[in-house]
Amino acid sequence: MTLLTATKVRHCFGGLCALADFNLELHQGELMGIIGPNGAGKTTVFNLITGVYRATEGSIRYRGAELVGLTPHQITARRIARTFQNIRLFRDLSVLDNVRIAHYSQTRYSPLEALLHLGRYRREEQRIIDDSRGLLAIFKLEHLAGETARNLPYGSQRRLEIARALAIGPELLLLDEPAAGMNPAEIDQLMELICGIRRQFELTILLIEHQMKLVMGICERIKVLDFGETLAEGSPEVIQNDPWVMEAYLGGGAVG
Amino acid sequence: MTQPGVYWLQQILNALQLGSIYALIALGYSMVYGILTMINFAHGDVFMVGAFICFLAATLLKLPFVLTLLITMTASAGLGVLIERLAYKPLRNAPRVSAIITALGVGLFLENLTLAFYPYPQHVPPLLHNVTWQLGGVALSSLQLIVISLSLTLMLVLDYVVRRTPVGVAMRAISWDKTSVPLMGVPVNLIISITFAIGAGLAGAAGTMYSLAYPVIDPYMGIMVGWKAFIAAVVGGIGTIRGAVIGAFILGGVEIMVVALLPSTYRDLVVFSLLLTLIVIRPHGILGSPRVQKV
Amino acid sequence: MRVALKKHWQRALDARWLVPCLLVGGLVLTFAIAHFGLLNNYVQLVLIYVGINIILATSLNLVNGYMGEFSLAHAGFMAVGAYSSALLSMKVLPVAAHPALFHLAVLAGGLVTALLGLLVALPSFKVRGDYLAIVTLAFLMIVKSALENIDAIGGPRGISGIPRLTTLPWVFCWTVALLWLIRNFVYSCYGRGVLAIREDEIASDLMSVDTRRVKVLAFMLSAFCAGIAGALFAHLLQFISPRVFDVVKTTEILIMVYLGGIASIGGSILGAALYTLLLELLRPSTVAGLLSWLPAVVFDPLNDYFIRHLGVLRMIIMPLALVLVMLFWPRGILGLREFRGFIPRRDRRAHGAARLKGTDTHDAADSHSTRET
Repeated sequence: MTLLTATKVRHCFGGLCALADFNLELHQGELMGIIGPNGAGKTTVFNLITGVYRATEGSIRYRGAELVGLTPHQITARRIARTFQNIRLFRDLSVLDNVRIAHYSQTRYSPLEALLHLGRYRREEQRIIDDSRGLLAIFKLEHLAGETARNLPYGSQRRLEIARALAIGPELLLLDEPAAGMNPAEIDQLMELICGIRRQFELTILLIEHQMKLVMGICERIKVLDFGETLAEGSPEVIQNDPWVMEAYLGGGAVG
Repeated sequence: MTQPGVYWLQQILNALQLGSIYALIALGYSMVYGILTMINFAHGDVFMVGAFICFLAATLLKLPFVLTLLITMTASAGLGVLIERLAYKPLRNAPRVSAIITALGVGLFLENLTLAFYPYPQHVPPLLHNVTWQLGGVALSSLQLIVISLSLTLMLVLDYVVRRTPVGVAMRAISWDKTSVPLMGVPVNLIISITFAIGAGLAGAAGTMYSLAYPVIDPYMGIMVGWKAFIAAVVGGIGTIRGAVIGAFILGGVEIMVVALLPSTYRDLVVFSLLLTLIVIRPHGILGSPRVQKV
Repeated sequence: MRVALKKHWQRALDARWLVPCLLVGGLVLTFAIAHFGLLNNYVQLVLIYVGINIILATSLNLVNGYMGEFSLAHAGFMAVGAYSSALLSMKVLPVAAHPALFHLAVLAGGLVTALLGLLVALPSFKVRGDYLAIVTLAFLMIVKSALENIDAIGGPRGISGIPRLTTLPWVFCWTVALLWLIRNFVYSCYGRGVLAIREDEIASDLMSVDTRRVKVLAFMLSAFCAGIAGALFAHLLQFISPRVFDVVKTTEILIMVYLGGIASIGGSILGAALYTLLLELLRPSTVAGLLSWLPAVVFDPLNDYFIRHLGVLRMIIMPLALVLVMLFWPRGILGLREFRGFIPRRDRRAHGAARLKGTDTHDAADSHSTRET
């Protein structure tokens, strides 16, 4: 079943088009990667899907419903979650609160109940706490629940970002360079982690990555972007052997 | 010339005078904001202290106008640098708002300190002999002309400094990127101090001009004039030199026009309503460019 | 030994009965003070001001500290609450016959102000940071000028002859009730949304926080509390005019907020109390009264050179103290930390694990007043 389709999406900043005639079809349960040199428009794809930017032309449909024109929180409430290329945690808040904030759209109590701490408030808050602590446990962060996010080491911050995204309860998870700044051993752990949560939460994942090891290792389908245009698309084997891709992106076979 | 025409010409002159005083103060707000992204709320009070220094120079030392102006500008510049070094520099890496609150505190301190010495409004003696020419019904006062032309000269000098001199280039570089500019060997602390000196010096000049044009001064006069100048800077696009000047003249013009057309109690109502509309329509001011947040 | 003592303290502060006990004790005490005249009228007046200022500081803290915006509109909200409640209690409600109706007037003042808060929240969707500061300043000025230009409510002369109905026990009740509301709001999904907006607005939108809704709620609650503070203020002063609610008043509240500490209810209480009490304590008559036991040889020169000038000096000392506080505690004395008793037990427990496992250095620094969020 198709989960997300983008048809003829085009996005321009002034005269410069970051993305031209972009098409994407993502099936339920799939793990797809987007690669391409810096400035190829990869993050723009994420920003368009999540509503940070509004596509100049074209349509993005999620489960048949149009996403273009919705605000980010409306889109997120439809169970599309993302992480950021440069970590964007709520740095001065506790690890637990970082995760709890992402429960916003699933919180079912009214402002009045919140003001009086009555009605559904107590039950919901307890549920959110249990849920959040459960997520932190999966990412081995539970013992740090009370720590301020900015004090975490880099790797933990990356994990916390994924935990926070999962708190939204997503069906589709967008990972923007999850392996950035990691060493090979850490990348191996990350690959395991991604596969693990994919199984556990029945996720569809779309990820942007430069680390070929990760992309070739776990992605089932890969899309290559350059200058806002799609160069190639296919399974890792096909991409690795596509001469056009090798020249434009992998620089003559220098797979790293 | 017809009567209404003459009347409006007169009002335009008044607007230019008020606008140029606002502009001199607004420049200080804008420059400091440009370089530190900090609202220096003590700036209006530096202007007030400038007016009192001018008053002292004129009454105690009985100096001629040009010397008074120079002394006032120098002393105000010194005050600006002193405030920056003592109160703002230690907070450069603190949350932005702490610096703003510190600035409010410094402002209150200056106000109340002045109040301790001068509890009552003071009358500044005429610093210059005022000549009024009648030109077709328009009363051209030499004071007005001096205020306007001196202010314009100072603004042109500043514009030249910022655009053409190494100091100006360094200022613009720091406002562009605070992390890598020090690595290029630019003496950041010195440049920031110079910025404060220039801004405060201009505020001192504004204090002198104000004493020329409206010769009654009091310790609280900096509050309202300061806020208005700040608004002018925002309207023009805070952080830009030319924007501050444009905003100041617009503000002066609007104020004078409102007073000419409506009861004077409506002045603030109209000015601030206009401001509100403008900000909502153009949140980054007339010349300011929106800061795009990268995701 | 010190550790044991600290543990002891912590247990006492953690106890379930502490806050209710304080509240009941405070209520009984304030009623007793007012009823039996335990303290003279001047001291009672100062305490009432402390209460009103606590409401003002905490509600401003919601927008400026928790949400991280810089609102200057607070005196304007206060003015609206003061005017609407004063008009209600003088023209509409038969307050003279039924003094209890006074609270209806106060509540109505707060509700009217909350609606205005909604109006101020609208520009905050589009405008942020320093530009929002200007928008709120413009709002304050517009309110003030509008009041000055409406002759039906006294124009620049204001309203006089408002019945004096604000008493110490009632201020205590209102303060507790409003602080409870603000605290409840802060520890809900909306309050966490407010914090998220301060940290990173775009990211919070992408984490499903409806930022517009959260902003509207925060502004409305903040305005509601400020309106009630204004209403209490009007029925204390018995005379209000637009000049009372100018930008200087806002500055005062700002100072209390940032002195006490941002994003902290305990901090706002501390800031408001410190500011109000210090200004009163530093009056020449108070200091002279406190030091009158000194021998004349010491007292007279002290009086001549220092105490008599305190009226002016205190206005210089206060801003200097503020600047010093900012230099040493850039986020205010209790910035980003909270008095444990204010944090819901559920929240404290949920954050608990960090305390069991080794983050001792971080913990010891702010042991009995940690909020960690």
